[in-house]
Amino acid sequence: MTLLTIFYTVLFYFATGVFVIGLAVKIRSYAKTPAPLKIATTPAPVTTGGVSFRMAREVFFFESLFKSSKWTWVFGWTFHFALLLVVLRHLRYFQEPVWMPIVLIQPFGTYAGFALVAALGGLWARRWLVDRVRYISTPSDHLMLALLIAIGLTGMAMRFVAHTDIVAVKVFVLGLMRFDWQPVPADPVLLIHLALVAGLMIVFPISKLLHAPGLFFSPTRNQADNAREVRHVSAWAAALDKRP
Amino acid sequence: MATAAFDTPKLKSYPVIPLVQVGAMSHLKPFVANAPIQTALGLPGELVDDWQDKAIAKMGELLGKYRSLQVYMDACVHCGACSDKCHYFLGTGDPKNMPVARQDLMRKVYRRYFTFAGKHFPRLVGAVDLTREVLDEWYSYFNQCSECRRCSVFCPYGIDTAEVTMAAREIMASVGMGQKYSNEIIGKVHRIGNNLGIPGPALENTLEGLEEDTKDDTGLDIKFPLNVKGAEVLLITPSADFFSEPHVESLIGYAKVFHAAGISWTLSSHASEAGNFGMFIGNYEQMRNISMRVREAALELGVKRIVVGECGHAWRVAYSFWNTLIGPFDYLDPRYPVPQHICEVTDDLIQRGALSFDKDANDDRIITFHDSCNVARASRMGNMPGGQFVIPRRIITSVANHFHDMAPQTIHEGTFCCGGGGGLLTDDLMELRVKGALPRMEALKNVVDDHGVNFMATICAICKAQFTKVLPYYGFNMSMVGGVHQLVSKAIRLGDK
Repeated sequence: MTLLTIFYTVLFYFATGVFVIGLAVKIRSYAKTPAPLKIATTPAPVTTGGVSFRMAREVFFFESLFKSSKWTWVFGWTFHFALLLVVLRHLRYFQEPVWMPIVLIQPFGTYAGFALVAALGGLWARRWLVDRVRYISTPSDHLMLALLIAIGLTGMAMRFVAHTDIVAVKVFVLGLMRFDWQPVPADPVLLIHLALVAGLMIVFPISKLLHAPGLFFSPTRNQADNAREVRHVSAWAAALDKRP
Repeated sequence: MATAAFDTPKLKSYPVIPLVQVGAMSHLKPFVANAPIQTALGLPGELVDDWQDKAIAKMGELLGKYRSLQVYMDACVHCGACSDKCHYFLGTGDPKNMPVARQDLMRKVYRRYFTFAGKHFPRLVGAVDLTREVLDEWYSYFNQCSECRRCSVFCPYGIDTAEVTMAAREIMASVGMGQKYSNEIIGKVHRIGNNLGIPGPALENTLEGLEEDTKDDTGLDIKFPLNVKGAEVLLITPSADFFSEPHVESLIGYAKVFHAAGISWTLSSHASEAGNFGMFIGNYEQMRNISMRVREAALELGVKRIVVGECGHAWRVAYSFWNTLIGPFDYLDPRYPVPQHICEVTDDLIQRGALSFDKDANDDRIITFHDSCNVARASRMGNMPGGQFVIPRRIITSVANHFHDMAPQTIHEGTFCCGGGGGLLTDDLMELRVKGALPRMEALKNVVDDHGVNFMATICAICKAQFTKVLPYYGFNMSMVGGVHQLVSKAIRLGDK
């Protein structure tokens, strides 16, 4: 086994470990931290079913962002939806045989790549062109966009410019999954692409990408508006009631 | 102390998002609470020696106690959706009054002490140490937030700057940097029972005076009962309703509604305050202790229902928090929601045909309605979402003939704060209050110009006090603002039954 293969094999186990464990630790801390008061942003649904519907609208349509800024919504929603298609398209590298839905999605995933990079370009342009957004942007905000665009561009380069040996890629990936390690193809563009993806997985649990799990734990969005009907008491708040 | 001179913003006919003006409001901060005020609340009298360690420890404690704070510190992506939503940013152009930047004042400290990235790569993620300069900046800008939650409506993750502001104020107060205005008032509630510091006998005198005035006005014996055991309703109303104009007009309105409907009611000298500034300073125990007076009064007087008067943040605390803080209310009549808003009471009576009105009595008024932030975005009325928008408007159109809403993006959940909420209703912040009122004043000017509106009704004591002060800066008459029950009071038919 080459040094290169060892490096990428270790890198992906490490990245997966950081991603899964890091995210689990964060989600656990969100779940464990109590929400002592009812703070739903109203008007809010009065039932838990209604809350699920509100949350679904946020997750799938970015409802609040739509109310807020149409440009950011167009770029943000396009980017996320394109990313979903691209990720689904990539599932074919993890499956043998490949599921029918994943087969069917392939052409859409291909063109979603363009939408993904274009939308990221739009989001990045806002960070330079809108003075308010420029003011709040930190180096990490720019780097995150650069990272995502670089992942998109290297991916598209392998699809449209210089094809990489995707059969070998799949052998490598399946090898990782089956603990039967296979050589990583030594295509420089592929190696950059893979390294950047591993980097994204590693920064996920320690960066603003935590907005993904965070949304589900946001009390202003996930609470039902039923404060008068149901008494809501957290553990530390209940302890105050027991004090003489 | 007089406030420094400042320019009142010009009203434009359509909203303009200002360009960023760095440091435009960095000079402004409210007075710091002195030692007697602080110690009365069990807080240190001055900035403690090891304030930095204490503040970080307190932040850690709050991160463990409030899921909102923990999630909101992590989740922001700096998308800028909130950046043009805060009335204080729109009125001042100071970028640190953008909700995201205000949150970042705390987030950058959070990152430095509580996250891997901030501990090891502070420059990359904008993490900083909690220095004296940072603390001063906190004090300035976390006291330029009225906790109105408009940003939380528009944030894709529902990040609520109010939660961050409350945490910051709690941290600062815990190391000796409390805010004078709010903390002094909380002390008064504990000592005397209300924010204005009106002792029981003075309150009794005032209510007797009101009975006489109302008798002169109507020829009827309309009661303003105090500490009456066995009354059906305990009315908890902001103490401003007892002394301030135009607040008192609404109090007279409540009394007339109870009179006309034949509901026995009482005020309490022990719980003579609906307001709860414990929320403004983010202090759960203070908020609970202040609320507890209501429970004590309700049990002592043996009432069946608790009704809350026109007050925005008080209604938030009552509607959203009381059940948690001082519940359960199993000793009250289960046929009524607890607590009940006075507008719910009046609206219900109107819908059942129990009240009648001479709508023409309000014909000199062309009315609009200002949704108060805490009612609009942090509570509800009635049994369906958005009832807090429907019910007050339904009352107004039941008692008056001329009503026009302001622009859609400035009402309902998109309403703009009056500019004086969240513990900022103090003269040392007058510049902020005037500038922060700009978006509301622009929306008001449009209905004044288009429809001849001459009265802005609202259901919040702070809104009423703030607008009374701020309207003249923008060339409006201060008596343009008043309560919904002020209109009810004018039109209600009382005839002896």
